[in-house]
Amino acid sequence: MPSKPAISYRNVTKSFGPLRAVDDVSLDIAEGEFLAVVGGSGSGKTTLLRLANRLIEADGGTITIEGGNVQDIEPVALRRRIGYVFQSGGLFPHLSVADNIGITPKLLGAPAAEIAGRVDELIALMQLDRAAHRDRLPEALSGGQRQRVGVARALAAKPRIMLMDEPFGALDPLTRDALGEDFRQLHSKLGLTTVMITHDVTEAILLADRIAVMRGGRLLAQGTPAELSASNDAYVLELLRTPRRQIERLNALLPQGGAA
Amino acid sequence: MSLFDDPRWGEALSHLPDYLGNHVRVSLAALTLGLVVSLPLAILTRNRPAPRAVLLALASIVQTVPGLALLALFYPLLLFVASVTLAWFGVSFSAFGFLPAMLALALYSMLPVLRNGITGLNGIDPALIEAAKGVGMTARQSLVMVELPLALPVIMAGIRTAAVWVIGTATLSTPIGQTSLGNYIFAGLQTQNWVFVLFGCVASALLALAVDQLLGLIESGLRQRGRLSTALGATGIAALVVATLVPTMGRSSAGYVVGAKTFAEQYVLSALLRDRLQAAGLQATARSGLGSSVIFGALKAGDIDLYVDYSGTLWANQLHRTDIKPRAELVTELKTALAKDNITLLGELGFENAYALVMPKKRADALGIHTIADLAAHSSTMSIAGDYEFFSRPEWAALQKAYGLQFSAQRQMQPDFMYAAVASGEVDVIAGYTSDGLIAKYNLVALDDPKQAIPPYDAILLLAPKRAGDERLKAALSPLLGKIDITTMREANLRASGNDANSSPDAVAKWLWGKVGGR
Repeated sequence: MPSKPAISYRNVTKSFGPLRAVDDVSLDIAEGEFLAVVGGSGSGKTTLLRLANRLIEADGGTITIEGGNVQDIEPVALRRRIGYVFQSGGLFPHLSVADNIGITPKLLGAPAAEIAGRVDELIALMQLDRAAHRDRLPEALSGGQRQRVGVARALAAKPRIMLMDEPFGALDPLTRDALGEDFRQLHSKLGLTTVMITHDVTEAILLADRIAVMRGGRLLAQGTPAELSASNDAYVLELLRTPRRQIERLNALLPQGGAA
Repeated sequence: MSLFDDPRWGEALSHLPDYLGNHVRVSLAALTLGLVVSLPLAILTRNRPAPRAVLLALASIVQTVPGLALLALFYPLLLFVASVTLAWFGVSFSAFGFLPAMLALALYSMLPVLRNGITGLNGIDPALIEAAKGVGMTARQSLVMVELPLALPVIMAGIRTAAVWVIGTATLSTPIGQTSLGNYIFAGLQTQNWVFVLFGCVASALLALAVDQLLGLIESGLRQRGRLSTALGATGIAALVVATLVPTMGRSSAGYVVGAKTFAEQYVLSALLRDRLQAAGLQATARSGLGSSVIFGALKAGDIDLYVDYSGTLWANQLHRTDIKPRAELVTELKTALAKDNITLLGELGFENAYALVMPKKRADALGIHTIADLAAHSSTMSIAGDYEFFSRPEWAALQKAYGLQFSAQRQMQPDFMYAAVASGEVDVIAGYTSDGLIAKYNLVALDDPKQAIPPYDAILLLAPKRAGDERLKAALSPLLGKIDITTMREANLRASGNDANSSPDAVAKWLWGKVGGR
């Protein structure tokens, strides 16, 4: 990879009391790369993500974003620069879809007309229905539509980096598949650098360029799906084999040439 | 005459703009102040458990103090503060009426706002606060744009509770000089004018109900994010405030304020004084129902201009004298003493309203009791009732000491109920008032005081320091001096104790003036 990494973790640690949530992690995410972080609950993957935009402060090590140490960047400014998609959307229930999407540009002091234009652009980009959704409250939307709004909101201030915390985890399989695919295309089209947390290895394999595997706060392995398949770590191998094993079981259960 | 064409309804209605306007004004000011203080406190302590617990405990303690007591406490407190600011900075303020009422009510309103504010702010989904941070909000932006709007329905519910409490409790601010719908209730209770009592209760209940419903509309609008019901509720509240405040706003507060304590005779006399001033072309209003500890201070501070007090009361309570002097001598000495405070003792009205121990005449004759000394032998098997202040007054201590009185039971009663209570045998003796017409009506007798333990109680007319040189005022009042004898006052009081149209203080005052010199 020729260019300098968009995000770089160097020997980063974070403890909550006696628990080492992130334990001496070093990881580079190249510009334009789509990285999936996989691991079980409590593996430290969410903590790792939040350290990048200082929603959580690291105890030790260095994190740089586009070459700059995050400790030298004012946290509020840092967060406005980085898109963040929350697990269950995290939409503000008292604000309309448009106001939710436009919130970060508004905080940055963009003029109202410019915000309105940007909101319409994002509604179209995320394939939402402008007439039906723009001025509604989030509660009027389906789960998938809400998550599209969540992604639109994260994109509103034109960030180059997107952090996504299990963005499609709570959605039904069809919506999830479609949304994942749509976002992958958007990632390439907009030239984003994306770090996405997921507990679904299949999703990770299908969407990401590279996968990082976390366990007990440690970075167990990182690499392309192919590289990881050749890992000599039992847990990593087990993890990577899961999708294939499932397909074999599915093939045995479903009639050949059928819906599957 | 049926209850509904009683002319006292009309009289009650004529006071409504004044009473309701003042009620709304003091309630609104108190709520606003309470809100301005407690909301920031709720915000500041929402993430700090220790100060939050202390704050909520303090607010709860305030809530356990009865409303009447809390209001009454603020008067001496402010008097003290006013004297301090006068001594240190040379500025003073009125500790009477609006200010103490507003402060006490504001304190009263704080608990529900604090509690709901903290509950509302702490009840927000932590994921949303995280999201606020994540999109790049500062702590302040998160508070203003996310946390407060989300907590607003809960805060609004607290404001609603506070509003109902304040409107209800404001009826108790009459004794510290704040006009309110409580004026109906206090005056009605004292003069047995049930039309007034009913009117006051219904009016304050309706006001509380209307405000509760309108604020409820705003609350449900905020909860369901329905702009229409929020707007309707807010418009309703605004219309209510404007409609009640505007009629009293243009009214000038200039003119003479005649004070009156909380019993029927005082209501009648203050109405009489007000009528006399108006007849002389002076602007005057009566401010009645003032606590007897408040009224002298209010005169001294110039919050009221004149009122009628009783020589023995001031002798014991203001000069702290325990010796007894003959009637005329006591008034002369009192006049000199009051002059030091620049208070003018204009003169005696002519009658005396002394405390006296009163019992049914039949029973007194049967037991051979004619004097308090005779009563002492029987007192250990008898019960006594007095008004709310009698048993803590120095006169009662003097009586007990002089005659060795030891009653089996002591009860406090609404003055107008005492006479019926003693006549029916509910209690054996009461500490009544010699000018009360009910003594004759119930065939009671006032026992002699051979040891002169009770000082004389000449009704005297007092003028505030700022009216010391007001010759027009003095000229308007002088026709009353020495003109009201005890028989006339008793009859006036008896009329005032009735429960019909002729028994209102205004009607009795007119009758009284006709009797003592008016045409």
